[in-house]
Amino acid sequence: MDPGRFFAASRLVIVAGKGGVGKTTVSAALARAAALVGLSTLVVEVEGRSGLPAMFGRAELGYDEIVLSPGGVGEADVRARTVTPDEALLEYLRDHGLSRISKRLVSSGALDVVATAAPGIKDILLLGKVKQLERSETADLIVLDAPAAGHAITFLQSARGLLDAVRVGPINAQARDVLDLLEDHQRCQVVLVTIPEETPVNEAVETAFSLEDRVGVSLGPIVVNGVHPDIDGLDVDPADAARAAGVRLRDGEEAALRAAADFRRHRRDLQREQIARLGDQLPLPQLWTPFLFTAALGPAEVDVLARALLDGIGVLAELPT
Amino acid sequence: MTGANGVTGAGRGRGAAAGPSVPGELAGLAALTAERRTIVCCGSGGVGKTTTAAVVALEGARLGRKTVVVTIDPAKRLADALGLAGLTGEPSRIDGDWPGELWAMMLDTKSTFDALVRKHATSDEQSERILGNRFYRNISEALSGTQEYMAMEKLYELHEDTDFDLVVVDTPPTRHALDFLDAPRRLSRFLEHRLFRVLVSPRSGIVKAVNVAAQTFLRTVSRVIGGDVIDDAIAFFQAFEGMEEGFRERAVRVNELLAAPSTAFLLVASPRRDTLDEARYFADRLAEAGIAVEGLIVNRVHPSFGVGVGEGGSGGLPEATRARAVTLEGTDLGRLYENLADFQTVASREREHLAGLAGAVASAPVVLVPFLETDVHDLDGLAAVAGYLFAADAG
Repeated sequence: MDPGRFFAASRLVIVAGKGGVGKTTVSAALARAAALVGLSTLVVEVEGRSGLPAMFGRAELGYDEIVLSPGGVGEADVRARTVTPDEALLEYLRDHGLSRISKRLVSSGALDVVATAAPGIKDILLLGKVKQLERSETADLIVLDAPAAGHAITFLQSARGLLDAVRVGPINAQARDVLDLLEDHQRCQVVLVTIPEETPVNEAVETAFSLEDRVGVSLGPIVVNGVHPDIDGLDVDPADAARAAGVRLRDGEEAALRAAADFRRHRRDLQREQIARLGDQLPLPQLWTPFLFTAALGPAEVDVLARALLDGIGVLAELPT
Repeated sequence: MTGANGVTGAGRGRGAAAGPSVPGELAGLAALTAERRTIVCCGSGGVGKTTTAAVVALEGARLGRKTVVVTIDPAKRLADALGLAGLTGEPSRIDGDWPGELWAMMLDTKSTFDALVRKHATSDEQSERILGNRFYRNISEALSGTQEYMAMEKLYELHEDTDFDLVVVDTPPTRHALDFLDAPRRLSRFLEHRLFRVLVSPRSGIVKAVNVAAQTFLRTVSRVIGGDVIDDAIAFFQAFEGMEEGFRERAVRVNELLAAPSTAFLLVASPRRDTLDEARYFADRLAEAGIAVEGLIVNRVHPSFGVGVGEGGSGGLPEATRARAVTLEGTDLGRLYENLADFQTVASREREHLAGLAGAVASAPVVLVPFLETDVHDLDGLAAVAGYLFAADAG
């Protein structure tokens, strides 16, 4: 399908996945993919210390937006910011005429006590702020880099839980608004990220079903990250290939060439098995991003992944509406 | 199950760039498993920490010790293999052909916390009042750091109240996995929060003035989050009166156990930059707490593919291979070289990252475990990993 239409499906995309699968990298790539087709994009981080700013040579992100990756001709910028519960709460209280207590609530540590009294309150503050960003149409696409799964489920369930715990007042209203956002397929979808290995695939399947059943959120395509691209000719024996090319191999080279080719073929076969299993167990369209052999993860590498996503989106069937 | 293509370099406990090979270093891990009473595995999520803890525990049983492993969140198939399908909070014994005993249990944060409350309560009435309080239920499930703290509490309990020779614990897979080091302070700070202290002791003249301000403040807070929530919290703090001291003393003793010479900390990582950064952060945090890392286990290391061996040293090897691929472009050999260059790039990057970390763990043994063909999900798989961790023994 057309990437423009793909990204127009919902303004908010929540990227979720377990630790170590490249969730933040995929968030950056999705944002950059949208920017490449001209959509202004905002990446929102909710847990400090992510690798996102470093990918673009920036220091820590703050509560104020920065341009993470300026767009070229025909492209749009990727902006980024964090949302923290403390700052979201301060802002919320200020906007609701309660600025007098707001500073004290945070500085006295009372927020921790209050957050314990009604768990999920921090999550609701974060999601409430994200909802406000979504409502204000600050960007064509907002990519939320969610906390690592299992916490992702708790995080997204917080709204429903809070409606029971806090039955009146502004937090209740906020939780209701967040729930409306999460359940509205025109406004929000979740993109799960996994890698083609056994445990991550199992966990992605479990998370997908939990999210649908317990949160009621709509799932977009699942991103399979770290896929080894095919190289033709790896089946040829290095000694034969050297003879054919008229080249004499140095000591140890034949073994190294053979080991690397075997390793690649072997990994690829295992990956294909896991990808097939994922497809059997989870009826979601898949987008593949390649395993990167390069030494560093910078803007060029994010672009490679972004273009892989755009290629994948290009061959997706039109989504039913 | 064997390591995929056990090419030179990786997987034999002396990665090319992970510092010079120390004779007997593998005996180091085996020695810890044979002698220590407590082994704590830490590291970020997704690096094979749970598996490593299980492997160490299995080795303990093989060495004839009565061993228990406390895991936090094992992948389902491993949990099934360890008989952890049901969450009981009690160790269950795993049968097998080893001279010692192997037990496993999954941490149940809430029941551990409940037991702690019962232990410190002055009466049944007090413990029931706390356990039934909604605010308490939230703390025991949702207060950040509680899971980390309870993992250590369970460790202490097993250490004190049972006859296990060796207790192996997995730490939670969170970014804040070492928060348990702060747990006593954190918990005390929480339990002694001034806001609630003044509310539950309204008689003192000095706090009376503060009390009025606090009441006003709380009224405003309850406008935001609802009065029930505040009432529950106040009831909790009232019920908890008199128990803080017991909690704090216990927390101090837990930390003493962690710093004791009979306890060893192992750091588990994968050779990716982000997880190694986390590992370094963990090592620093432990050092601040006066705890040395006594072993670094790096899982899922790529084979070296000739990096760092052969003539001319390591530096330009992937680049040289890449150059060769370019000259031979269009031939099968060219594609083979291109593929080799890809993997040499990965291998040399991993070895650079590892070299950076080796310094952070000083003289501790560094064990590299290669990519395995499949995920570890049964006792045979654990035995295969043990072959790498305790290679000196096995050989």
